Amino acid sequence: MRIVVLVKEAPDTYGERFLDLETGLADRNKSDRVLDEIVERALEYAISYAEKHEGTEVVALSMATEDATASVRKALAMGADRAVLISDGALVGADVTLTAEVLAAALTHIGYDLVIAGDQSTDGAGGVVPAALSELLDIPQITKLTTIELDDKAVSGTRVIDRVTLKLRAELPAIVSVTERFPDARFPNFKGIMAAKKKPFEVLSVADLGADIDVLAKPRAIMTEISAKPPRAAGVKIVDEGDAGNQLAEFLKKNQLV
Amino acid sequence: MTDNILVLLDSTPDGQLSKSVPGLLGAATGLGNPIALIVGAGEHADALSAAAAAAGATKVLLADGDNTIYSTPTVDALQAAAALVQPAAVLAAHSDQSKEVVARFAVRTGAAVNYDAIDVTRDAKGIIASHSAYGGAFVVTSAVTFAAPVITVRQGVVEARGTAQPVVAEKLAVTPSGRKSAAIESIDVADAPTSLRPELRGATKVVSGGRGLGTAEKFVLVEQLADALGAAVGASRAAVDAGFVPQTFQVGQTGVQVSPQLYVALGISGAIQHKAGMQTAKTIIAINKDETAPIFEIADFGVVGDVFTVVPQLIAALEASGK
Amino acid sequence: MSESQVSPEDFVEILGGLREFIREAVIPLEREIAEKDEIPQSLRKQAMDLGLFGYAIDQEWGGIGLDVVQQAELGIELGYTSLAFRSMFGTNNGIAGQVIAGFGTETQKQQWLEGIASGDIVASFALTETGAGSNPGSMRTKAVKTADGWSISGEKRYITNAPIADVFMAFAKVTDETGKAKVEVFIVPSNLPGVTVGPHDKKMGQAGAWTADVHFDEVKVTDDALVGGQPGIGYKAAMTSLAKGRITIAALAVGQAQRVLDESLAYAAIAKQGDELIGNFQLVQAMLADMQVGVSAGRALVLDTARKYQSGEDTRIAPSVAKLYCTEMVGKVADLGVQVHGGAGYIREYPVEQIYRDVRLLRLYEGTSEIQQLIIGSNLMKQKLAEN
Repeated sequence: MRIVVLVKEAPDTYGERFLDLETGLADRNKSDRVLDEIVERALEYAISYAEKHEGTEVVALSMATEDATASVRKALAMGADRAVLISDGALVGADVTLTAEVLAAALTHIGYDLVIAGDQSTDGAGGVVPAALSELLDIPQITKLTTIELDDKAVSGTRVIDRVTLKLRAELPAIVSVTERFPDARFPNFKGIMAAKKKPFEVLSVADLGADIDVLAKPRAIMTEISAKPPRAAGVKIVDEGDAGNQLAEFLKKNQLV
Repeated sequence: MTDNILVLLDSTPDGQLSKSVPGLLGAATGLGNPIALIVGAGEHADALSAAAAAAGATKVLLADGDNTIYSTPTVDALQAAAALVQPAAVLAAHSDQSKEVVARFAVRTGAAVNYDAIDVTRDAKGIIASHSAYGGAFVVTSAVTFAAPVITVRQGVVEARGTAQPVVAEKLAVTPSGRKSAAIESIDVADAPTSLRPELRGATKVVSGGRGLGTAEKFVLVEQLADALGAAVGASRAAVDAGFVPQTFQVGQTGVQVSPQLYVALGISGAIQHKAGMQTAKTIIAINKDETAPIFEIADFGVVGDVFTVVPQLIAALEASGK
Repeated sequence: MSESQVSPEDFVEILGGLREFIREAVIPLEREIAEKDEIPQSLRKQAMDLGLFGYAIDQEWGGIGLDVVQQAELGIELGYTSLAFRSMFGTNNGIAGQVIAGFGTETQKQQWLEGIASGDIVASFALTETGAGSNPGSMRTKAVKTADGWSISGEKRYITNAPIADVFMAFAKVTDETGKAKVEVFIVPSNLPGVTVGPHDKKMGQAGAWTADVHFDEVKVTDDALVGGQPGIGYKAAMTSLAKGRITIAALAVGQAQRVLDESLAYAAIAKQGDELIGNFQLVQAMLADMQVGVSAGRALVLDTARKYQSGEDTRIAPSVAKLYCTEMVGKVADLGVQVHGGAGYIREYPVEQIYRDVRLLRLYEGTSEIQQLIIGSNLMKQKLAEN
């Protein structure tokens, strides 16, 4: 079985995150870049499955600039067998559908039985790429899983959204996404770190994928304007006179925190 | 003639429109003629149609659902609806149910997606969406290069509302696409178990309690607010030491350090040790009886008051406004 | 000295990985470790998975194979959190593991090293006795030759990891026919009849790191328990291992000092007196400056010492110099750290309070400061006299 895990790096949420006000893209120079945490959980599942089931290959697939090499290599240090990085100048600022088209081409190029993604990244927070991939590849999707069971033929899992719990099942090949209810990822161990450098790491362009992707032929989402929010205004302190809870609710709504 | 705006509506398992619907139809009204699509209304079709019209839908398209196939029937219905009404934009809630459906619809029909908009407007060049990035630190506006955009709208942020319309409901004929899909083996509708609360580390919202909660039993108030906000639960060292919650909940220099979009401190004085673990939060809210509590120095919104009166009122207000 | 088996590029990533692990997985558990006086099993498991039990042991035996300079850099990183964490695998990489790795026979290596490198086996170093500190000279534990091996009797004190040890590197005196006494090292599994371990000591600091008395009551071991397989190797093993261990202690001291500085700086940048940050007071700044000087000097000294040890240029004086300077330095830095924190520095909640107590041990074990002075002074004189 070949499991492809979609990995991406994101600014470390631990620190300040910045967008470049000129380009609207993540400002790499200002933010620490790390493997997105939810991606690490997806990898952890794939790697521990592979440890228990001989003949399982785990491939880390990413679409990013070559700066992301170190983050993708962490997937190898954790235990993935090889990595593929799709890096192409034409993809800078790619929107969701273009990203999905490129990843779909890459997945077809690599070959897969199961594709695992995080349910949503901490920076993009769209959470729609797996669904788009299922459509493009014509494979079933089971997304936002809280549990997963996998065998050679099928994958099933539980999706809990608000009050609804769905038990879903799909024949392989399929694409799934996992939530933060999945176990914490392991820390790459010292031997894994040393072994990572010796594992295959392919960097491919869109042309290398042999796919017909025309960035301009289809409509694309583009950023038209960007601004940094003004610094935090001086805090308000009120003494409860019976309506503080309501005032708080208003404050949360006004600031789009609910 | 005004442009048609196709709006995919979410409904709840017990046959009500989702709380996101009024804002969604309000946003659509600002762009053109809102036409709603409801999939799988079943026996609730009349009630849902009436509710959608009341919220501003000039027409309601009703498509059959399928409780055995995951997602695909809704995508197929959206495709059929779009073919029928030729919309200038497709709007849906940025909900777990709908955002995936519209993403699939978009790649299937070759449209572009603007997702998680906090506002949708029109300018001379067309329809544009505004987004909040990185926990609200940046505001981004986006559009699509050409053709009708597909836009998901963050739930509960649009304040605009549509005007009530007469009920015009119509059954939508849908040809199944036959795309490979996951099977739904069972559907359970229940209260979400509390264990599904997000984890403290990396949580986007955190509600923490301190010694001010008094006892382990009363600490449940923290959990209630956390659930109302979809937040993780944290605690101060004092609350941990008092045995209200295990050590793993501790936020602070020697506990978990968090940097959420929203941090709510209940009955926490705000010792430096605690502040060191949470002061990079984007928005900090503090409720404490003691007006001199240091937590107020860094709070964006501080309430001097009793958590046991303020918090229940807050929860009620949040529930009343549908989150 | 063995070459490193880890390339500089790989080592940078290993160090980065360890830093992330310490920040994310160990520091949040510091208080739990201190309060329960125990390292959680889950953390022990993570340390095993990471490779921490065998970082100083050759890859041939399942270890990582870091050289002495890399070990020193790793030690500084490990020193950034509770010393009890490092202590858990300190004896495996340190004196106990090194005795077998450096002086054991091939059979002894095969029997023990893989388990020690993985952490499945906890090895402990049983040298110290009442009336004979870390100085093998005046030892009272005896090994007497029997028909097919040795019989060991004696009492060891303050033995690190004794309560969880699977095997002891036990130091004992052997008297030959001429009446001449020599110190030898024996590999003594802790489950042999006659081995008893006392309750773990109640210490001033380093809660979570266990020490205890170990009693050997006519413990019978076979001939192949003698490290190196023949007499005359033990004392050299002890001296060599102790000297290298001193570099590690110095590195840990630098790590702890860095932590105190970071904690104090963070506190000074957030705590106020009236409306003024305490870090803006010049007398506080003077303390921060002194701390920084100590940390910088200590770091430079440790790494220089490790390089000299690695090259063989100085394996005797330099480790003692580094241990003496760095452990005294961290004592002063910890004291200043408490002072910067004011009353808060006396409260358990703040890491500096724990560090203040924890680092006190660094000036005592593996040779007190005074022993280091004696080693340095006497060897300087010895060198000078040899020149003359």
